[in-house]
Parts: sequence; C-alpha cells; structure tokens
Amino acid sequence: MNVISAIYRRELRAYFATPVAYVFIIVFLMLTGFCCFSLQPGFVAGFYLGGFFERGRADMQSFFSGMPLLFVVLVPAISMRLWSEERRSGTIEQLMTLPVSMGQAVLGKFLAAWTFTAIALACTLPAWITVNYLGDPDNGVIVSSYLGSLLMAGAFLALGSALSALTNNQVIAFVIAVVACLAVTLSATRDGVELLSVVLPQGAVDVVVYLSFKTHFDAVVRGVIDLRDVLFFLSVIALGLFANAVIIERTKAN
Amino acid sequence: MAFQVEIKRLCKSFGSLKAVDDVSFTVEQGEVLGFLGPNGAGKSTTMKMVTGFLPPTSGTAVVCGHDVVTDPLGVKRVVGYLPEGAPSYPEMTPLAFLRFIGEVRGLKGAKLKDAIDRAVAATSLQGVIDQRFETLSKGFKRRVGLAQAILHDPAVLILDEPTDGLDPNQKHDVRKLIRTMGQDKVIILSTHILEEVEAVCTRAIVIARGRMLEDSTPAELLARSGTGRLDEIFREITLGSGSVS
Repeated sequence: MNVISAIYRRELRAYFATPVAYVFIIVFLMLTGFCCFSLQPGFVAGFYLGGFFERGRADMQSFFSGMPLLFVVLVPAISMRLWSEERRSGTIEQLMTLPVSMGQAVLGKFLAAWTFTAIALACTLPAWITVNYLGDPDNGVIVSSYLGSLLMAGAFLALGSALSALTNNQVIAFVIAVVACLAVTLSATRDGVELLSVVLPQGAVDVVVYLSFKTHFDAVVRGVIDLRDVLFFLSVIALGLFANAVIIERTKAN
Repeated sequence: MAFQVEIKRLCKSFGSLKAVDDVSFTVEQGEVLGFLGPNGAGKSTTMKMVTGFLPPTSGTAVVCGHDVVTDPLGVKRVVGYLPEGAPSYPEMTPLAFLRFIGEVRGLKGAKLKDAIDRAVAATSLQGVIDQRFETLSKGFKRRVGLAQAILHDPAVLILDEPTDGLDPNQKHDVRKLIRTMGQDKVIILSTHILEEVEAVCTRAIVIARGRMLEDSTPAELLARSGTGRLDEIFREITLGSGSVS
C-alpha cells in the first residue's frame, strides 16, 4: 500500500510540476464551456452538442452529451507520458529495480492519472451550481453523469496507459491512444454502426456496439446507474491495466 | 550471515546475439569487484539481470539468499543499484527524488530523514538538494543516483559506471566512498576506466563479447603486463593476445 501511495504521489505531483496540468485544465474548461453553451445545437461526429440556452431547460444534458468526444482528444494527453516518458528517460530501470511489483507500479500511475482527470472534472462544478441557480434540475441525473464521465475517463486512461507502454515517444503514444479511443467511441454512433454493418454480420455489429464506451456512457447519463454499466467500465480498466503490465514486462528492456 | 552475490551460469540472448554468455562468479562481503570490459561487452546487461530488471535467458543470480528468478523483490530490497547513466525525473528535485525512493523502500519519519541526511552528506549534495534535475550537471545527477543507491544502507551495491561524467575531485571522493563502504558490503561496479580498478577494486573480472575472460586482482593483472600498465593487459585480454604490439 505504501509503495502504491509513494508512486501515486510522485506521479500526481509530476503533473503539476510543469505548466502542462494548468494548460490542460484551462483547455478542458474552455472546450466543455464552448460545446455546452456556445455551439449551435446539432450533431458533430454523431454526438448531439450545444444548445444549452435553446433547450430552455435547467439541466446539464448539453454539458455531458459531448463529453466522450472531448475525452477522446484530451484524455490521451494525460496518459501519453505515463510509461513512454519512463522508457525514454531510462527511469523505468530505476523504478523497476526498486522493490516494486509490476501491479503496484501500474496501479499507482493509473490512479494518479485518474485523480488528475477527476480534478479537471471537479473544475466544472460551477456549471452545476449555475443550473441550480437557473432552475430546478434533477441533481440525481447530474451526479450519475459525473460518475459516468469519471468511469469513462478511467477506461480511456487504462487504454492510453497500456498504449503508452508500447513506445518511448509521447507523441506516438498520444496519436495511437486517440485512434483507439475514437474507435471505441464512434463505433456506437449512427455513422459508425452503418459503416460496421457493411463489413460485419448483424450479430458482430451488436457486440461491437455493446462494447462501445458510448453505449454505456449514454445509459449512465440518462440518470440510471445500472451496475452492468459500472462493471463494464471497471472491467475495461482492469483489462487495460493488465495489458499494460504485460506490455511493460515485454518491452522494458528495449 | 555474510552477504554474498553468487552468479550462476548467467546467459542473455537478444535474438541471435549472445550479450552475456555463461558467466559465473561469486562475490563475498568486503570485496569490491571491478567489472571491466570494452563497450558492449555485456557488463550492463549482466548488472541488469542481477538487479532483477532483465530476466536471464538461462542461469540465475542469488543475492544474499534471494534468487533473482524466483524472488526478484527480495533481491531488489537488499540491493542498491545505480543504473547506467543515472536516469532521473527531470521535474523533480534531488530531495523529492530521495524521499520518493526512501518511501518506496519502506522508510518513513525520522528514519527516512536520517537516511536522506546520511546519503546527501556522503555524496556532497547539500548545495543542490532543492534544484530541479533538469538544471543539474552530469556530475551532480550521477551523485544523486549514487545517493539513491546507498539510501537504505544496502548489503549489496551494484554501480554501473559510477564515476562517469565526474571531474577528478568528484571521482576521488566517490572512490573514497566506495572503498569505505566496500569494507562491509558486497560491491560490484562496472567501468572501462582502468585506473579506477587500481584505485578501488580488490578484484577484477574482465568480460568481452559476453564471455568472462579473466578473474584476478588488479595487482595480478598489473604484474602480468610487461610494462606495468593496465591498459596493455586490458587490450591483450579483450582483443586476443596477437594484437599487442
């Protein structure tokens, strides 16, 4: 436990040791604000964005509906350095010759990245206060949407963390993570399903749609926390971290 | 029980390249073993296997009773290791870095503080303790790496080119430190600086192309070279006898 905590704290501090963390949070806040309040309502890449004022309702649906798209681009920026930077600078050798198990190292780093995402999400809480000031929203839905966002971010991070172990270049880690996150997000949009139907039989399309993060995020954002959706994201996280450990074990020497 | 490092028929292949080929030796407490060889000889690879970073292709190393193949964490607990190039996190300060290493090694409170004070004093880091790594010179980075390796007062020290990048005064200090610590520890250090072997080692192993070529003392090596110079005998051993003019 102490080992995980030491790795976790070092990693979390590393985010805030450079301006990157602050730049990230500011960009995240600007984009969520833009997608929610400024954008003309309409579909972007299969996601209905904007229209907070046009809807004339005090809720945060406009705020959360575009969250998967934002995460696809932004979350890989958090996960990209986790392992690629250790490999580039050679500190992975320092870390893995300390009395640290692979699981402890992977978990400590992941939890730090997840905490950082939670901090960025927490910075959007004024939007929640605003809708409560403007009207009488269903706060249960909002709580479940925040929870869904955090779970989905965790799943993206686990994916990104595993992919960052594949390379010693942060930019490559970022790009492949964006592509992977896009794939698991867009696969459940209308265009995605249409495209999949051309090449896959219906049964396979259903499986892919079920495995899409969007399917489970949409369910949680509707305000129903179904244990199965929570378990889905937790399973993706567990699987991602397991793959992460396997990849490091195989590539650390290169 | 005396500390001991026993290396048993250690091999490592990368594809068809045999980086380390059937290396065996035992180092006892009180010995400072110099691991000598040209670049690419397999020194670092051997050290990476003994410290549990790389899995051996075959063979193993037993460090103070812990087998590195079956109990790598046990080995990592008793070993202090300075990796090649002394890698460090650029955004950290030496103090934060040493605290991190100490915490991972299970030190806390007054014990952690004492350990850091001792390691900082031994490596003369007082002046740069709150400076970010990215602003430190190569010599200081190397000394932080050394401080990190001796932080938990390990039974076994494995140092990959500990004096690389240091100026003559710093080299002198680090060698003195190694000699002092060598009295009650097992120390294995790699180098291609021959004067270093003369200065600190009680024993020298010469390795080239992954194979162990020589296991003796620096004095014996010197006696064998006609000119009384280590680099002659080094060339002779590592290049094959025909190439000495």
